[in-house]
Amino acid sequence: MAAYIKSILVGTWSLIAGLAITLRFVFKPVVTCQYPHAVPKIPDRYRGHIDFVYDPATCSHKCIVCGMCQKTCPSGCISLEGEKLEGAKKKTLSVYQLNFTTCSLCGLCVEACPTGALTFSKEYNLAGFDEKEYHFDLIKRLQERP
Amino acid sequence: MNAEYQLPEDECFVLNLGPQHPSTHGVARIKLTLDGEYICKAEPVLGYIHRMHEKMAENRTWPQFFPNTGRLDYLHALAYNQNYACLVERALAIEVPERAEYIRVITTELNRIASHMVWYGAFVLDLGGFTPLLYTFDDREQILDLLESVTGSRLTFSYFRFGGVPNDIDDDFIAGTKTFISRMRERIKMYHALITKNVILINRLKDIGFIPAEMCRKYGASGPVARGAGIDYDVRRNEPYSIYDRFEFEIPVYHEADSMARYMVRMDEILQSLRIIEQAIATLPAGPIMADKVPKLIRPPKGDYYHAVETARGRLGMRAVSDGSAIPWRLKLRTPCFSNMLIFGEACRGMLLADAVALFGSLDLVIPDVDK
Ligand code: SF4
Ligand code: SF4
Repeated sequence: MAAYIKSILVGTWSLIAGLAITLRFVFKPVVTCQYPHAVPKIPDRYRGHIDFVYDPATCSHKCIVCGMCQKTCPSGCISLEGEKLEGAKKKTLSVYQLNFTTCSLCGLCVEACPTGALTFSKEYNLAGFDEKEYHFDLIKRLQERP
Repeated sequence: MNAEYQLPEDECFVLNLGPQHPSTHGVARIKLTLDGEYICKAEPVLGYIHRMHEKMAENRTWPQFFPNTGRLDYLHALAYNQNYACLVERALAIEVPERAEYIRVITTELNRIASHMVWYGAFVLDLGGFTPLLYTFDDREQILDLLESVTGSRLTFSYFRFGGVPNDIDDDFIAGTKTFISRMRERIKMYHALITKNVILINRLKDIGFIPAEMCRKYGASGPVARGAGIDYDVRRNEPYSIYDRFEFEIPVYHEADSMARYMVRMDEILQSLRIIEQAIATLPAGPIMADKVPKLIRPPKGDYYHAVETARGRLGMRAVSDGSAIPWRLKLRTPCFSNMLIFGEACRGMLLADAVALFGSLDLVIPDVDK
């Protein structure tokens, strides 16, 4: 009998102690980020989808159409084409399509690029109605960038 | 329930727990045969998110399989990354620089705590307590912020590389981790006061859901499930890999074999992980983070290689067979959750349905890890 009453008392006390702890949290500062009113801080190393690095020397990208990124990509989401312009010795990039819907954001392409032409974008607000919105044309994106 | 008495098959009713049940955390399906509220038979049905990871490994190059490893057990992705990196490093006989090993240990242990925090919140949620989930996810968020600042990702990190790590940790990360360690120690005390001592939790876990040591051996269960049954087995201690033999830490073992024991093992493990991180930070050497003799094209010599690590859920083994080409000939994954889940069918026999859900939660299963 004594043990029974003791278990009731101990049990009730444990509930009160728990309530006191949760009550204390009411008066503590808010820990959640108030998105979308507050913009989360995106760290420098954030791995968004890939993007070209702007090269001020050529006012363009640094891609030499070697195809390494395409070859390393485990998800096969990069397709690129180069063409030989008249008078030029090497190929120039004409198409660079990223199919972001299958990208696994692994970053292998960025590491594979011999000229450091690729980087990660900091974009995280990605939502859309159509799959086509996520077939990015990186050349166009670079041109449109301010 | 009277163990001798069994309703004839046509008088029992069959209930599907899952694949869309909130307590199954994903897409586990368990076919239950019930006599009223008591379970006569339980059959886990697997394969709802089978993604053929082993087959995928056979048609991509060695480095290309890296992102896959983090998607097996997404909660403790770094341990999977680490195992795969160590496996291929063993095959190629690459010596990983000291600093890289330390960074691996620090980040993997942080990830282990984050994984336990998810389990903790979800487990108490299964038992009917909603608030703790918010607290545990707050702690997890702190870890994810730290890991995001080094790896660039919050869940499927893909952080390690053959021969080291691609990004070094900085002073901010170390300072943040130190703050986190002291914060977490306080929080664990709070959790014990709030949850472990809670009478409802005790009554729902204590002396319920037995998984004795023989059963663990029979099914090959490992991790907290085995340690809760009194089996003192942890890959970090029994087959030390990386630099775990340099740190002082204990392997929490409980002998009760009930749900409470498994709960306590994980709670103690968090403290031990904090100890490891603390020691690793204190002795972090300077130096390179990438071995310099990593070949450009990864072609492990012909042979059969194996490596195992301790993840938050148990022993993860990977066996790779190489025919000397750039593509693995075979990669076999021994995932801890697979064995831990199959135990459920036997362990829950004769239990009340609500207790079986508590037992299921105490196994801490990640279904993508079961289904591969
Ligand atoms: S991040 Fe990975 S999956 Fe995405 S494009 Fe680059 S290599 Fe391919
Ligand atoms: S690896 Fe770099 S240089 Fe080569 S094609 Fe890709 S983006 Fe261009």
